[in-house]
Amino acid sequence: MNIHEYQGKEVLRQFGVKVPNGYVAYTVDEAVQAAEKLGTAVTVVKAQIHAGGRGKAGGVKVAKNLEEVRTYADEILGKTLVTHQTGPEGKEVKRLLVEEGCDIKKEYYVGVVLDRVTSRVVFMASEEGGTEIEEVAEATPEKIFKEIIDPVIGLSPYQARRLAFNINIPDELIGKAVQFMTALYNAFIEKDCSIAEINPLVTTGDGEVLALDAKLNFDDNALYRQKDIMELRDLEEEDEKEIEASEYDLSYVSLDGNIGCMVNGAGLAMSTMDIINHYGGDPANFLDVGGGATAEKVTEAFKIILSDSNVKGIFVNIFGGIMKCDVIAEGVIEATKQVGLELPLVVRLEGTNVDKGKQILEESGLNITPATSMADGAEKIVSMVS
Amino acid sequence: MGVYVNKDTKVIVQGITGGTAKFHTKQMLEYGTKIVGGVTPKKAGSEVEGVPVFNTVKDAVDTTGATVSVIYVPAPFAADAIIEATDAELDLVICITEHIPVLDMVKVKRYMEGKKTRLVGPNCPGVITADETKIGIMPGYIHKKGHIGVVSRSGTLTYEAVHQLTQAGYGQTSAVGIGGDPVNGTNFIDVLSAFNEDPETEAVVMIGEIGGTAEEEAAEWVKANMTKPVVGFIGGATAPPGKRMGHAGAIISGGKGTAAEKIRIMESCGIAVAETPAVMGETMIKVLKEKGLDEKCKTH
Repeated sequence: MNIHEYQGKEVLRQFGVKVPNGYVAYTVDEAVQAAEKLGTAVTVVKAQIHAGGRGKAGGVKVAKNLEEVRTYADEILGKTLVTHQTGPEGKEVKRLLVEEGCDIKKEYYVGVVLDRVTSRVVFMASEEGGTEIEEVAEATPEKIFKEIIDPVIGLSPYQARRLAFNINIPDELIGKAVQFMTALYNAFIEKDCSIAEINPLVTTGDGEVLALDAKLNFDDNALYRQKDIMELRDLEEEDEKEIEASEYDLSYVSLDGNIGCMVNGAGLAMSTMDIINHYGGDPANFLDVGGGATAEKVTEAFKIILSDSNVKGIFVNIFGGIMKCDVIAEGVIEATKQVGLELPLVVRLEGTNVDKGKQILEESGLNITPATSMADGAEKIVSMVS
Repeated sequence: MGVYVNKDTKVIVQGITGGTAKFHTKQMLEYGTKIVGGVTPKKAGSEVEGVPVFNTVKDAVDTTGATVSVIYVPAPFAADAIIEATDAELDLVICITEHIPVLDMVKVKRYMEGKKTRLVGPNCPGVITADETKIGIMPGYIHKKGHIGVVSRSGTLTYEAVHQLTQAGYGQTSAVGIGGDPVNGTNFIDVLSAFNEDPETEAVVMIGEIGGTAEEEAAEWVKANMTKPVVGFIGGATAPPGKRMGHAGAIISGGKGTAAEKIRIMESCGIAVAETPAVMGETMIKVLKEKGLDEKCKTH
């Protein structure tokens, strides 16, 4: 799960990570009031969307007085920002962070992520702050320093010091940098983050070490024990169909094509997308109904697929293990009863209770095209929608 | 033969009184798996499908002599279940449970370092040695005894591969699902290495997906060590970057973990990669014919 920058900074503040003072604003007036409350010579008006690259897209402005705050807030609120992370349709700005400006001496990068190779958490730091860390990793990997963290010990002070020295934090600020990193690591662990990225971390004229930006992502599987984080979820930032799917514990990802897919198992669901593409089609979604799906869940899955107006046909591809084919068949029939079936529907069933499932579909009298294999099914649905 | 488990393997089921576990205990018993006990705290003395239930893994192991455990307990308690099984010094723990918080798994892996217990999973379909023992949730009937090993990050894609092989007349030794999570126990290299040493296995199907670099590392290992042909497939070639495709581990981030890169490296290491998931079996048969192993591997 993703949260906004201002929420991320609030979470980090609770763990002792230094962040600039600031307030969230939903309207232009609120933005001006926030700047008044801050009372600093310079304030920064920052668009709050769940995507990076806001600065380049015109979503971050530095204001020297309240009039400028008003002008910028008015300009940014309601604007659709297109960045490298939003996709071409962009994202509308509905919230602003109004924050005190600070006297930046130098920008750095620090980030905490999971390292899959070592199965450990890794702390990364670089002197190249403010730019995309992927670009730094690509062009000058030697400028990224890493410390692999033992989960029993946590981030050791010497590791934090070594990172601080490696990225050339001035000697007099090493202590503050170590404190900062330790607090960031603690927040990562305590809040079950999957990413905690500060880009840039800055040193300031008055000798502070501050998080100027904050990107926190959380492990969806751990949200059950992070109730306060769950409350920070901004549904407006998420795809409507993906939200609905998550309510039914379905794994759904919206795509741009016109063939709706319903599959069990993530690997098979991905491969179903691949094989549709292989036959010249274009999938409208990734949808994994999971292992323990009920007829009701299948019905909901169907409704979600059909709520996408781009969908011109549906391919159901099931290899039953835990999932029983007769349950899928019943769900398909129930769904078509509830929402009607005007689009071509190709169903491929294999695995547990396959004969029962096929029989249920046959006897339903519905206009369903059976497929003998996933290739056969993909080929059929592609030719039916084109 | 086959890897890790065989017809004599004694198995306990952790979380045996749960609905899913009960269903699969029955399925496993019907397949012939030696399920000798189950574990659910405070349910000692009861039975599931005629299998005695114990309060702790240690009790179950001491009484039954089991060497393998399969875990169906819910995600919030699964890390503890793996640690308990490790502490009871089982040879192998197979964790079916999905949605375990990844930081729990980081701790579990750390705890298991230097211990004798091997972990398969989590978030996996389990391990089956065809016609001998089935430990997990895979549909048993699609497997036939033979000479092909299967290892995969994805459950249903494993079934797909096994089914294609069986339909074409090529049986399997074992199929091992290593799971779709970013932090797991047994990895591709462990299983490939086990298949390499298994006298019954003549060739291996290795099924990966987008995200991480496990397939790339395995491919390099194959090039350097594997004496048997390997056929591959990578799911998710058309997945958009930055979107998690169901499995917590299946995500392309920072330009890393793409199918194209994995396929390129696998092919450069001598692995024949199936172009679509529908031709995993065909690709294997083609390779077997080229290597002169076809006659030996065609089992029915």
